[in-house]
Amino acid sequence: MENPYLPYPVRIDDIIVESEDRSLKTFKFVFLNPEDEKNFAYRAGQFAELSIGGKGEIPIGIASSPVEKGFIKFTVNKAGVVTSHLHNMKVGDVMGVRGPLGNSYPWEQLEGKNILIVGGGFAFTTLRSSIIYMLDPANRKKFGNISVVYGARTPGMLLYKDELIAWEKRDDINMHITVDGTDDPGWKYNVGFVPPITEQKAPQGDANSYAIVCGPPVMIKFTQPVLEKLGYDHDHIILSLENRMKCGIGICGRCGIGKELVCKDGPVFTLNQVNGTPREY
Amino acid sequence: MKVIKIDKGEWTKGLDALRESFRLFGPVKEKDFYNFKELAAGEAPEMKIQNTRISSKSLVFPQSEAMMEYSLDKDDEDQGICKEVAKDYSPRAVLGMRPCDAKATVLVHMNFDNGDYQDPYWLNLYNATTFVGLGCDAPCSTCFCTTAGCGPYHEEGLDLLLSDQGDHYLAKVLTDKGQALADKAGWAADADGRTLDQDKTAAEGKITATIETDRLQALDTLALHGADFWEDVSFSCINCGTCTFVCPTCWCFDIQDEVYGKKGVRMRNWDSCMFPIFTVHTTGHNPRGTKLQRLRQRFMHKLKYFVDKYDKGIMCVGCGRCVQQCPVNIDIRKVSQTMNSLDAENFCAVQGK
Repeated sequence: MENPYLPYPVRIDDIIVESEDRSLKTFKFVFLNPEDEKNFAYRAGQFAELSIGGKGEIPIGIASSPVEKGFIKFTVNKAGVVTSHLHNMKVGDVMGVRGPLGNSYPWEQLEGKNILIVGGGFAFTTLRSSIIYMLDPANRKKFGNISVVYGARTPGMLLYKDELIAWEKRDDINMHITVDGTDDPGWKYNVGFVPPITEQKAPQGDANSYAIVCGPPVMIKFTQPVLEKLGYDHDHIILSLENRMKCGIGICGRCGIGKELVCKDGPVFTLNQVNGTPREY
Repeated sequence: MKVIKIDKGEWTKGLDALRESFRLFGPVKEKDFYNFKELAAGEAPEMKIQNTRISSKSLVFPQSEAMMEYSLDKDDEDQGICKEVAKDYSPRAVLGMRPCDAKATVLVHMNFDNGDYQDPYWLNLYNATTFVGLGCDAPCSTCFCTTAGCGPYHEEGLDLLLSDQGDHYLAKVLTDKGQALADKAGWAADADGRTLDQDKTAAEGKITATIETDRLQALDTLALHGADFWEDVSFSCINCGTCTFVCPTCWCFDIQDEVYGKKGVRMRNWDSCMFPIFTVHTTGHNPRGTKLQRLRQRFMHKLKYFVDKYDKGIMCVGCGRCVQQCPVNIDIRKVSQTMNSLDAENFCAVQGK
């Protein structure tokens, strides 16, 4: 019997400091055993348990994209025991990754549709994975218009800045980057919270459009009425939830929101589905 | 399946024969109570008891168990790589398990083999075990198995079901595994066409407590969740977790790393939805931060979420341990009755809150 609790050994191949306050780092991992990479076939929107012997495990969304081969990437906020330890690890160190876990964004359903992506803060990781996936030359024609509203507190807190700028220049994706505030006179993008920028810039929703929303609870709370106003149905608004997790495979029992388990039945749910749960997240 | 007769003398002899091929487990006295333990050489399971204080779940789901081990020695080339821990999955047999605990194993099985993932620790122990049950002829006042999808002679989850007949047992062979164990023990005496049916009917007649569950499935989840009775139900709860630890169907666990010098193990330990740390996020946010929310989670899980998810009844077998041992007398039968009688007309008012 395969042991789903056993992590794949990985080596830290690169560490990128993403934010000016150094609280966010992106870790690039390479599998020690090449065949493990095949077993780790994932879809954008899934997560994995980063596993450090002696510290524990932490569920983190996969920031790399299925179309990127040879490595996997995770952007990690320094917050608790495992993530603080991880932030002090070095390139070349060996640790574990267990996954991929959870469902993903509903890619079959999203094909042929216009996609609006709304992200805030460091919850942009699986959204980055999704954008890279959709922009891949083999996939771009499968989707209609792609629009992105992404905001952070300051320019220095935005993730993946080089990629954001590159996407900004493309004509097959509509980027709306925003910050809560900045004193940088050279800032040429939006200033304002994500919900009002979404209201101003995002396309109208219809039966052919889906919105994928990831961000802090307060952002989600104020974005929901904006999306409703724009015409996105509750079953066309897609959320990715977070809860405390241990097993990640629907067994240990703690991440339940009603009969749904965030780790296995989620983390991706439509707003319609979430509305039917006790929302204990 | 066939019924065999085991004289009490043969029973003891059979146990000794079984020790050659099985590790034996059964109820033994521990201070003032009985609990399931591995039987020492020559030790017989205590069969004349009402029930054990803690359920038999630890036999397939130890309260604390090593999952993996790893080296933290920088000079070790395997440093930080988790390895499987050596386990003993040689054949084992549980003797004198009550039908309620056996039925609970069937329910819990659905969690540890959820279709997408198989939990190897639970399943390997489960597969290695032969379950020998004993029908309950003298139930406790807190037993309500007959209305909880179970009963004093319920067979689900058992390989062999015994009925105590004074100087002998009648044993109903329920599975091939049960037959194999009887063969190994040398229990083969013909029961002359006798069955356990009469004992079953008599035992069922002695269970007078009931649990009401008939409307749970039809009731609206959010109406139940938002109902105002949870304030009353949880008022006296001290979140001690006793109910979850003694319960045969509670399966939640925690995973923790433990380090000794340059070696570490990843452990799993029973956990409880009664504890605030069960759900607290790193940010400090806790989706079930109040005792009302935690108590409600336990009963909603057992009596509503589980019912809806599996369509196999409630996640409770009526063993009554939580009723007996709750220090503040919270009674799942009363809670279920309250949930079950939620007034349909109050749905909107409740949800509108």
